[in-house]
Amino acid sequence: MGLLGFYLRKLYTVFKGEVLVLPSRVVVLLFFFVLLFLPLVTQDPYLLRILILTSIFAIFAASWDLLSGFTGQMNFGHALFFGVAAYTAALLNLHAHLPPWGSIPLGALAAVLAGLVIGIPCLRLKGTYLALTTLAFPIILMGIVFAIPQFTGGELGISGLDRLSGSRITDYYITVVTMLALGTIMWKITHSNTGLIFHAIREDELAVRTAGINTTRYKLLAFCLSGFFAGISGGLYAHFMRIAGPANLEVTMSFTVVIWAIFGGVVTIYGPIGAVFILFPLLEFFRFWPEIRMLMFALVILLILLYMPNGLLPWVRDKIETECPRCKIRNVATRKTCRICTAQLD
Amino acid sequence: MILDIIISSLINGSVYALLAIGFSLIFGVARIVNIAHTAFYMLAAYFIYYGTHKLGVNPALCMLVAIIPVTLIGLISYRLFIDPIREHEAAVLIATIALAMAMQEIMLLIFTGDFLGVPSLVEGYRMVFGVKIAYQQLLTVAMALLVLAVVWAFLLKTRLGLAIRSTAQDREVANLMGMNESRVAMITMGVSVGLAAFTGAVIAPLAIVNPFMWMHPLIMMMAVVVLGGLGSIKGSFVGAYILGFAEALVVFLLPMGSYLKGSVALSIMILVLLIRPEGLFGIAFEEER
Repeated sequence: MGLLGFYLRKLYTVFKGEVLVLPSRVVVLLFFFVLLFLPLVTQDPYLLRILILTSIFAIFAASWDLLSGFTGQMNFGHALFFGVAAYTAALLNLHAHLPPWGSIPLGALAAVLAGLVIGIPCLRLKGTYLALTTLAFPIILMGIVFAIPQFTGGELGISGLDRLSGSRITDYYITVVTMLALGTIMWKITHSNTGLIFHAIREDELAVRTAGINTTRYKLLAFCLSGFFAGISGGLYAHFMRIAGPANLEVTMSFTVVIWAIFGGVVTIYGPIGAVFILFPLLEFFRFWPEIRMLMFALVILLILLYMPNGLLPWVRDKIETECPRCKIRNVATRKTCRICTAQLD
Repeated sequence: MILDIIISSLINGSVYALLAIGFSLIFGVARIVNIAHTAFYMLAAYFIYYGTHKLGVNPALCMLVAIIPVTLIGLISYRLFIDPIREHEAAVLIATIALAMAMQEIMLLIFTGDFLGVPSLVEGYRMVFGVKIAYQQLLTVAMALLVLAVVWAFLLKTRLGLAIRSTAQDREVANLMGMNESRVAMITMGVSVGLAAFTGAVIAPLAIVNPFMWMHPLIMMMAVVVLGGLGSIKGSFVGAYILGFAEALVVFLLPMGSYLKGSVALSIMILVLLIRPEGLFGIAFEEER
């Protein structure tokens, strides 16, 4: 009993000293809390549907950030991972009768393979070359999909997949918990040693090589990890919508994920997730004016970029928090002195 | 059959070459990956449609005039949306994507998604070895080649061309040598959008005008630029005809060819990149650090 009390008190101290002091951490906590307990308040199927799709695309956008933001391997063909996983999951589900819990991970593994396949030729390319080359892969695959319609369903895609689960609420919990878990895992990866090497590869690959690190291996690792996470989201999407079609591979899809990620702020993981949770419901809101909905979307992005070119969420974070000049620890913007080393904040 | 392939690859190749040169110009000078490049091409096609069908202007005049408003729109959108955030490459990237989307949506609003056609400049055709070759096709190829020659002369023989080329090579040194870097960037943007508009104008009678017509050329243009080597005009030229020829070959010879044309052309690009990562005529730059 005493031990439990000790841990509870310790938890409370950590909570008070580490979470409540920073508004960004409070926001993240609230985000988890609201998402997990929302169905207790409302079970409106339309709202849940939007949140399910938002969660799926949040995984997708964050996986782009892992590859292109952190490692600096600009990928303009991210829809490839999504599409490969969606098609694999669909084919496995329809022909091998695998249930979703089997077909989604296998689809993600197929996306990892796709990551290897496109990663190897792309290792020698950098920057803009890489971006423009990766754009080609989903289009090549789309051509193949159209060319063998008896196997892939051609333009119509593969429909009639198993549902994710029986009910909307279970679907909601599966996708939201997956999103929160994978988001945390990605965030953890980027804060690990591997993540540090990813950072370094983006900043200066030559220097990393000089330091004795096999950058090729790490770049391939980034391709595979990103492919895996994007693949999970692709599989979830296929099973939730119950269709895998060529729309999953389109250029628009690749561009949208770039928009989400950069709009939210790259090299953060939480940026793309937040951006999807802002932009996707916004797009749904604009459906009241269906003709101009994409136009409004484009204009919102153009205007916001003019004022916060580093992305929305880092901009907000910089407004509400300042970094201590001495110990580099973040503080609430209202504080006069640093909460750790009591240095003057300016 | 062979003649069909040649004509079609010449037309596609010229269009891709014109687009790719404009695209790599603005990339070289200002390091802007302008996704909206082919959206300007679409815009020009719509201007011609509007001029000929709604205002009843002579098509030839319309083609020449259409270039001006499109270039102006290009320059204004560059000033408003891209110039202020040029320091942030990623932001510029999605700004151009958003710009292209906005243009597509505006066209969709005004003209709806219908497939439209633009009248030919010259009617009639000639039979060569049993193949029908419309005069319009010949005219398009001839005009494209002419403009390619003009652009080449402009870049290599004039002082402004020299300024553009030197800014592309080294922005800072060019600035130190007294070339106003931001003005060169502005002029290059004008030239680049102008080229896109011209391409749209010459191809409009042969293409189906619709708001999504910018997607396919965009992808092919990027493939051409990568294949030929970023910033190399000769490379863009050769790469464009290689991919145009590959596309035409696939369309005419393979079953399901029209679906596979993009795939095959892009696979060729990737194969070339495996052997020469800097493209056919690209120079392997010292790593920018």
